[in-house]
Amino acid sequence: MSAILRKRKKRYAMAMDMRKCVGCNACVLACKAENDVPEGGFRCWVEIEIRGAFPDLKQRIVSSRCMHCADAPCVSNCPTGASFYSEGGAVQVDPDKCTGCKACIAACPYGARFVRPEGYVDKCTFCMHRVAKGKDPACVEVCPTESLVFGDLGDPESSLAKLLARRQHETLKPEQGTEPHLFFLS
Amino acid sequence: MNEIVRVHHNPLSALGQPVWHWEIPVYLFLGGLAAGVMIVSALLARRFADGGADASETSQRSPWGRLMILAAPAALWLGMFALLLDLDLKRHVLRFYTTFQLSSPMSWGAWILLAIYPATLLFGLSQTTESERDWLAAKLRIGALRRILEGLHSWAQQRQRTLTWANIALGVALGAYTGVLLGALGARALWSSSLLGPLFLVSGFSTGAALTMLLPLTHREHALLRNWDMIAIGVELALLALLFVGLVSGAQAGQRAAALFLGGRFTAIFWALVVVAGLVVPLALESIEVLRRRRAALVAPVLLLVGGLALRWILVVAGQSPLG
Repeated sequence: MSAILRKRKKRYAMAMDMRKCVGCNACVLACKAENDVPEGGFRCWVEIEIRGAFPDLKQRIVSSRCMHCADAPCVSNCPTGASFYSEGGAVQVDPDKCTGCKACIAACPYGARFVRPEGYVDKCTFCMHRVAKGKDPACVEVCPTESLVFGDLGDPESSLAKLLARRQHETLKPEQGTEPHLFFLS
Repeated sequence: MNEIVRVHHNPLSALGQPVWHWEIPVYLFLGGLAAGVMIVSALLARRFADGGADASETSQRSPWGRLMILAAPAALWLGMFALLLDLDLKRHVLRFYTTFQLSSPMSWGAWILLAIYPATLLFGLSQTTESERDWLAAKLRIGALRRILEGLHSWAQQRQRTLTWANIALGVALGAYTGVLLGALGARALWSSSLLGPLFLVSGFSTGAALTMLLPLTHREHALLRNWDMIAIGVELALLALLFVGLVSGAQAGQRAAALFLGGRFTAIFWALVVVAGLVVPLALESIEVLRRRRAALVAPVLLLVGGLALRWILVVAGQSPLG
C-alpha cells in the first residue's frame, strides 16, 4: 500500500515496435485529424528505409514523432520559454509565447517541428489532452498492429516499462545527447 | 545502397530546406559590424585620450573617427529589422523582453542588443563638440533638446572611462554571441563549434575597422585601425583553419560538413570569396600599404566588408544544407 501512496515522478514515453509496423500511416492520419494539424505540417510521420542491393534487401519501417527528449535542445535554445517540459517530461510549445524565431527547429536533430500558418511552432504533444483523460495518444489508439505503446516509465508496473525491460530497444541519434524518450524495439 | 522513403515529413526541418533565409546572415553581418565599430571606436578613443596632453598633429581626431560609434546603433537597428522580418509571429516580438532564458544564446542576445543603444549613443554624445551639439539642436528645432543634450553630454563625459569599457565589453558580447548562437545548435554539424563565437567576433572587429577606414580619417587613426585589422585578419584565418581541423578530426557528421568546403558544393565560393578575396587579398594590400608606405586605398576595406558578409551568408546556408 505504501508503495502506491508514495509519490513517484511521472515520465511519459513511447515505444515503437519495428517488428510489427507495416507502414499503413494510420498513426499519421489519426494525428492529423485529432490535432487539426494544418496542411504541410506533420506531428507524426512514417519513414521507410530500404538497405542493401537487390535481391538482398532489408526494409525497416518507423513511425516517428517528437522524441520528447529529457535534455531537449529545442527547450534550451528557446529564447522566450515558449518550448517547455510539461508534466511527465513531455515537451510542449506555448503558442502565446512563441515568436516564430525557429531556433527550436534549427536545434532539433529529429525534424519534429514545423511552423503553423498562424506563425507559431507546432509539434507532437504526446496528446496530453487525451492522456489527461486517461486515454492513449491518437496514434497509439488507432495502430492496427499495436506497434505503438505509450506509458509512464516512472511506473515499473506499466506495460511500457515491462515491454522495455523485456525487449531490445534503441533511440535515434543518441550521440546528440538529448536523451530521447521514443524507443524503437528491434 | 540505402534508400529512405519518408512518408509525410515536415519539409522544413529534415529534407534539407533552410529554416533561416537571408534575414539571418544579414543580421549576423550587421550585428558583427556594429560590434566591430563599438570596439574600434572605444579603442581609438582610449588611445587618443592617453596622448591628449600634447596638441601635436598626432593627437588630432577626425570628426568621422570621433563620431563613427553612432554607426553602431544604426547598423544594429537595420539588423534587428531584418530579424523582425524573419519572425513568423511578429506581433509576439515583445516576448523576447518579458523573460530571460539562461540557456538560450538568443535570449542573451536580445538583452545585449537593448543595452547597446544607450551605451553607444551616450558614448557618441560624449565625443561631440559644443558646435556639433548646437547644430543638432538647431536642426531638430526642439528648444529643450539643447539643454538635454548638454546635460547628457556632461554626464557622459564625466563617465568617459566607464562608457569606453562598457562599449568594449558590449561590443565583445555582441560580436561573440552572434557566433555562439549558431554554435549552440548541435543538430547542425557545421555550426556545432565553440570556435564560431571568437570567429564571428574577430570578423566583426575587422568589418567594423574596415567600415571606419572607408571614411576620411587622420593618418594616425587610419594607421592604428589598419594595424589592428591586420592582427584581426591573421587571427580570423587561424580560427578558420582550426574550425576545419576540428570538423575533419571529429565525428562523422562534422567530417561531412567540412567536406562541403573541401571539394563539396561550397568549395569555390567559400575559398574565393571569404578566404582569398575577403581575407588574404586585403591582408596583402594592407601589408603593402605598411611596407611601401603607400597611400591608403579603399579596396581593402571594401573587400573586408564583402568577405564578412559572405562568411556569414555561406556558413548559414551551408549549415542548413543536406550533408553529402
